Amino acid sequence: METTSKNISRRNFIKLSGITGAALTLGFHLPSQGRDAIFINPSAAGSTNTELNAWISIDISGKVTITNHRAEMGQGSFQAVPQIIAEELEVDLNKVDIVFAVGNSKKYGSQVTGGSSTVRGSYKNLLRLGASAREMLIEAAAKKWNVNQSLCYAENGQVIHKPTGKKLGYGELVEAASKLDPPKNVLLKDPKDYKVLRKPLPRQDNPQKVNGKAIFGLDFKLPGMMYAVVERNPRFVGTVKSVDDSETKKVPGVRHVIKVNRDTFNNMFEGVAVVADNLWAAMQGRKVLRVVWDDTAFPHHSTEQLYDKMRETAKGDIISYRTKGNFASAFDKAEKKLEAFYETPYESHSCMEPLNCTAHVTDDQCEIWGPIQAPDWIQGNLSAHLKLPIEKVTVNMTFLGGGFGRKAFTDYPYEAAMISKEIKAPVQVLWTREDDMSIGPFRPGMVYHCKAGLNGGKIGSFETKMAGQNMGTQEPGADKKGYNDSVTEGLLEPYFNSFPHYSFGDAPLDSPIPVIWWRSVYASTNSFAYESFIDELAIEAGKDPLEFRKQHLWEERYQQLIGKLEEVSGWKSRKKNEGFGVAITECFSSVVGEVVKVSKDANGKVKIDKVWVAMDCGWYVNPDIIKAQVEGSIVMALGAATKHATHFKDGLAVEKNFNTYAMPRINEIPEIEVHIMENEEKAGGVGEPGLPPFTPALTNAIFDLTGKRIRVLPFNLADV
Amino acid sequence: MASLTLKINNKNYTIDADPKMPLLWAIRDLAGLTGTKYGCGIGQCGACTIHLEGTPVRSCSIPVTAAANKNITTIEGLSPDNSHPVQQAWILEQVPQCGYCQSGQIMAATALLKKMPTPGDKDIDVAMQGHICRCGTYPRIRKAIKTASLLMAQKSSSK
Ligand code: FES
Ligand code: FES
Repeated sequence: METTSKNISRRNFIKLSGITGAALTLGFHLPSQGRDAIFINPSAAGSTNTELNAWISIDISGKVTITNHRAEMGQGSFQAVPQIIAEELEVDLNKVDIVFAVGNSKKYGSQVTGGSSTVRGSYKNLLRLGASAREMLIEAAAKKWNVNQSLCYAENGQVIHKPTGKKLGYGELVEAASKLDPPKNVLLKDPKDYKVLRKPLPRQDNPQKVNGKAIFGLDFKLPGMMYAVVERNPRFVGTVKSVDDSETKKVPGVRHVIKVNRDTFNNMFEGVAVVADNLWAAMQGRKVLRVVWDDTAFPHHSTEQLYDKMRETAKGDIISYRTKGNFASAFDKAEKKLEAFYETPYESHSCMEPLNCTAHVTDDQCEIWGPIQAPDWIQGNLSAHLKLPIEKVTVNMTFLGGGFGRKAFTDYPYEAAMISKEIKAPVQVLWTREDDMSIGPFRPGMVYHCKAGLNGGKIGSFETKMAGQNMGTQEPGADKKGYNDSVTEGLLEPYFNSFPHYSFGDAPLDSPIPVIWWRSVYASTNSFAYESFIDELAIEAGKDPLEFRKQHLWEERYQQLIGKLEEVSGWKSRKKNEGFGVAITECFSSVVGEVVKVSKDANGKVKIDKVWVAMDCGWYVNPDIIKAQVEGSIVMALGAATKHATHFKDGLAVEKNFNTYAMPRINEIPEIEVHIMENEEKAGGVGEPGLPPFTPALTNAIFDLTGKRIRVLPFNLADV
Repeated sequence: MASLTLKINNKNYTIDADPKMPLLWAIRDLAGLTGTKYGCGIGQCGACTIHLEGTPVRSCSIPVTAAANKNITTIEGLSPDNSHPVQQAWILEQVPQCGYCQSGQIMAATALLKKMPTPGDKDIDVAMQGHICRCGTYPRIRKAIKTASLLMAQKSSSK
């Protein structure tokens, strides 16, 4: 753990002077591309026109306001960001006001809340920021008392002079502190001295989430706001041939029927919006709207056709991404050989809060409110499309009723803005559950073709060919011949050391079905293939699956994790009538291992009894939020493994609501026990990394119990 | 259009609505109480659950006219200050993640505990099975219902 900040000479914390005069406001500047914060002198900032962020502001009453620059979609950024700052600032988290930032990447750096990046991307800067403000307050107090600064310390919103015990509240010090230069160097606490961090403090957003007061996108209201729903082409691609809105216009409350575009990866998809005084009227109007689509250019494919194609391409040539040695010849000479195909389905995100967005566009500005994961991307997208200067586009984040990647996309705010512009009024656009579930973008379906050779009971050669849509090449004119570096996402890094020969690559499927990241992205599907196949190899080698992994993952961090799993799950003392399965994956800088236990119920059906988790996310903030995120990740994985999938028929998504896209329910959830690894590693992600290991651990456990190997998802637990 | 009176949380709201409008939209858009959520519109998710004369119902699946002049309780009517034992248990067990489904979950749990002050796991399964939580807070919902049951017992024994 780094306790003193390095490179501090390049970094000067910035004091924002002149905001209210009597307030201490501190922040720093993050270049949108760079990884490290750049700290600029305030006067320099003024002359270079750099916008500085404001993370902390303390007023003369001592009230602390902390800006959360990231979206809160359940994962806990609303708690994590302030909890980090409060530690070094020495304030009580309960006395802190937390506000959401508006979209502004110049100010906050990337605000795209994805890749489990909020804590791991900014914790060092947040710690330094809190410490800098604290040091300035201490300096101000020492000057006031005319005492040696080193004899003063801060605690609970006050500066205290150790020898005399005299105290001054932060509020009494802000005016003087705001005139000081931020310290060049700050000492950060040793984690063992943490008072706020590492504690399971209750979330600050929960009181308003148990009484209906939390404002989600759909709860936001503006005076004079209209409501809209949009009829979009259910076949993804194509144009409006004709519209008959005569019945729609007769519905009381319907005000406008207009054509509207939706920007999906720079492809403009047409739709017809029905705008009314209230949502119900808009929905009624849409019901009687007649739109004829021209989608002749779009292949009306089915799931079967898509997967036949993927299976075929997964056998052929691939675009090579990562290789070592010579896989082909090593495999040829292997003592034992194994080959398998694994398939994972298309999935919808189905956030509990369906997509929606409120927009108000006038001639010279645009303001957006909604459940938004990527406010800065939306700001950029709308500024370009509306031809407005970036500062004229304001993007406000409400609470998000789930995000999972879908709400990091810019299509739904774009659409809302276009409707508002056209009708010259503020508008809220709701995607009905059916729209939300069937229009996409989806998690892409995948087929994996794995081959490996064993020598002396260890993996000597390993190859994977991944076939499926590449999320990164959907823009018109994108280079579809480049490799997909996500092919190995989820696979543990040490395997690349222990496999003497390997080859990883992809065979992209070209399809106009829009696809996008879904909680834990490629790791959510890759890991099923990798961790199932490694299990199959262990069995083929005649080894215990956990022992087999231990022999390939010799780095200390991984040995520790395996040891933890073995210990807490009672792996070695498992009984005959119990199936145990393990999987370990790595994504967003966190390593997670899970052991699943299954057995048969009275009717001989397989049931999931328990999941043990060893979560290694390095430096961490709040153990209770980590546990909650892992529990949630496992429930979400359970759904995608055993309950739901999106199928296509005649070019349309089949599942449109929860009656066909079945969700796991409370009665189907196993006991989940989470252990957090304590170590000195840097902070890793928390919101996603718990998801990938669950499914292979489950299917490995089912194999252990029944001898039946599951290679295609989803499967029905009752049919095993 | 029909003019009718909704009695929500002991307050009368006179509204003008299409008689076919589901109660959910009348509560949210006409009475302006947004704590009750839309999740599916077809009775599958439970996000829209309210109490009608004390019984939990899916407000997306009944027309507004069926609720006229009857006592409706929404999440906002549970307590003015988060003092209801179910709300307290939800905070103690740190149930909410995104929070979107929780109004419905809490209304269902409240109704269960009223009928059955000490529910077992099977009772919880039956009462809560119709409620989807995409964030996967199910293990904590189960714990919180048991905690709420204890809190309610303490409350009534201290009376
Ligand atoms: S919105 Fe009523 S049950 Fe889903
Ligand atoms: S807390 Fe997010 S859906 Fe339940």
